[in-house]
Amino acid sequence: MWVYAIRRLLLAVPTLIGASLIIFAMVHLAPGDPIAAVMPADATQAEIEATKKAYGFDKPLPVQYLYWLGRVAHGDLGRSIATRRPVIEDVRDSLRHSLALAVSSSLVAFGLGIGLGLLAAFRQGRVLDKLASAIAVVGVSVPHYWAGIILIIIFSVQLNWLPAMGAGSEGGLAEYLRHLTLPTVALSLIPLGVITRVVRSAALDILAQEFVLALSAKGLWHRTVFFHVVKNAAPQILTVLGLQFGFQLGGSVLVEAVFSWPGTGYLLNLAIFQRDIPVLQGVILVLAAFFVLLNLTVDILQSLVDPRIARH
Amino acid sequence: MAIAVAGSVVTAVAHPPMSYWRAVGWRLRRDPITLAAGGLLALIVLAAVLAPILAPHDPNAGSIRLRLAALGTADHWLGTDEQGRDMLSRLLHGGRMTLLAGLTPVLVAFVVGTVLGVAAGFVGGLPNHLIMRTMDIFYAFPAVLLAIAISGSLGPGLWNTLISLSVVFIPRVVRVAESVTVQVKSLEFISAARASGAGIGQIMRHHLLANVLGPILVFASTQVSLSIILAAGLSFLGLGVTPPAAEWGLMLNTLRGSIYVNAWVPALPGVAIFLTSMTFNLLSDGLRDAMEIRS
Repeated sequence: MWVYAIRRLLLAVPTLIGASLIIFAMVHLAPGDPIAAVMPADATQAEIEATKKAYGFDKPLPVQYLYWLGRVAHGDLGRSIATRRPVIEDVRDSLRHSLALAVSSSLVAFGLGIGLGLLAAFRQGRVLDKLASAIAVVGVSVPHYWAGIILIIIFSVQLNWLPAMGAGSEGGLAEYLRHLTLPTVALSLIPLGVITRVVRSAALDILAQEFVLALSAKGLWHRTVFFHVVKNAAPQILTVLGLQFGFQLGGSVLVEAVFSWPGTGYLLNLAIFQRDIPVLQGVILVLAAFFVLLNLTVDILQSLVDPRIARH
Repeated sequence: MAIAVAGSVVTAVAHPPMSYWRAVGWRLRRDPITLAAGGLLALIVLAAVLAPILAPHDPNAGSIRLRLAALGTADHWLGTDEQGRDMLSRLLHGGRMTLLAGLTPVLVAFVVGTVLGVAAGFVGGLPNHLIMRTMDIFYAFPAVLLAIAISGSLGPGLWNTLISLSVVFIPRVVRVAESVTVQVKSLEFISAARASGAGIGQIMRHHLLANVLGPILVFASTQVSLSIILAAGLSFLGLGVTPPAAEWGLMLNTLRGSIYVNAWVPALPGVAIFLTSMTFNLLSDGLRDAMEIRS
């Protein structure tokens, strides 16, 4: 197990370096001069040069990359061009809100998805199965940003029950949760569909195996057979849950944009339109690092649940 | 075939076994959900292609006096948008952009991903490692984040959307192509072909590609729906097609502010994205079942 965990950890290092290279490259291959966007129109050439120098934009690209990587390794993501605040502070503040949203929508999606998937598998071909499969298809097909707008139309505009914008950060926990409700529902739709499908097909695969027939044949309770099926389907389900949680955290940009939820996605969106390169790089880097570490954790957890994986 | 038995002629009923693709077609024709999805998709595509003929109004001509007309308004029965432009005409025209921006990246990924993945799987060794580890790097980003990050750096525009979405989908196709190639390569009929003197080109064409293209195609088809949602999502963020072009995601974005005036007309472009994405999902499910490919 430990050998597997360490090998898996070492494999994550080149992935992270590669990811940092991509992040650095995509921002610098981009057209448009980030300095021009933030300097006043009447700035002199000398002022522009001074600002460029201050941000290190006057050095050759490989040097800029190494400088940047070195600073990143020390937790210094630079300063925002637009607000002059350290990027790490902006990212930290927004990450809190994104984590809250990712956790709440994952709880909804995991609970409902696992339940629906198992129900569908154990009632294969019946009405409940058809219903669960229909919910799953809708879940993976719906544009979640549109679902968010529909939720706002129904629950904020028509019924006036729930707030449509922001996090209500000044109003205490109850107010925060009220603001969290609609984004949570919108963000949970896709993982709900994905998880229902995966759980259903994983459970069906196990149900089709001979040992399940043997368990029933020797007269075990339905409940006990159910437990065996779930236990055997667990590793596959666990992988999907881990991935989906990562998608919730890194993929909430659109939902955060719809609800003006002050998370990393909102920050990223803002950075894109202000062409605030340090913030853009910082957000993507932190989210990618988080995603890689999450996948790593899931792989190691999976090898704990299913020791056969580590032996391969 | 006729066999004479004791003076009388008995016709033996000997159907040749159905070919694989005929069997797939036979199963598809007996699957009502897939047929319905296929029919709806054909309508959507036809509507987009024929938009210039079908649209009752100029999609870009608006009238300030007719802003945000409700559903069912005479002459504009799907209402008008925030600039008084006919919604039906814009939805018809918008489908062209959304379908183009959603389908092209998957097509590009199918071609490029198959070439890279099959090459990596067939050659093995160092080239395999180089290709596959490079692809792994792209898995460090959730798809939505990668698409938005690339589009955000490149700036708005249809081309940039196509580039960023292709980058999202290529690594996925490569992974699938590589893994099926490795599986098929180790099967006995490949060794048999090699033993009987078939060249690499022949093995590639007749034995390998014939067996890996099906699963890769089915996988690519499952990605179309996500690609459409992402393509429209990028324009929704203002990173895709630029105004005043009609595109479903962009229409959803510009109409979003109007939900307090007219709640349901702004929701229409999303209905179009949803229906299109769902028909692609149902079709790819049906195709996978008919081709008996396990996910």
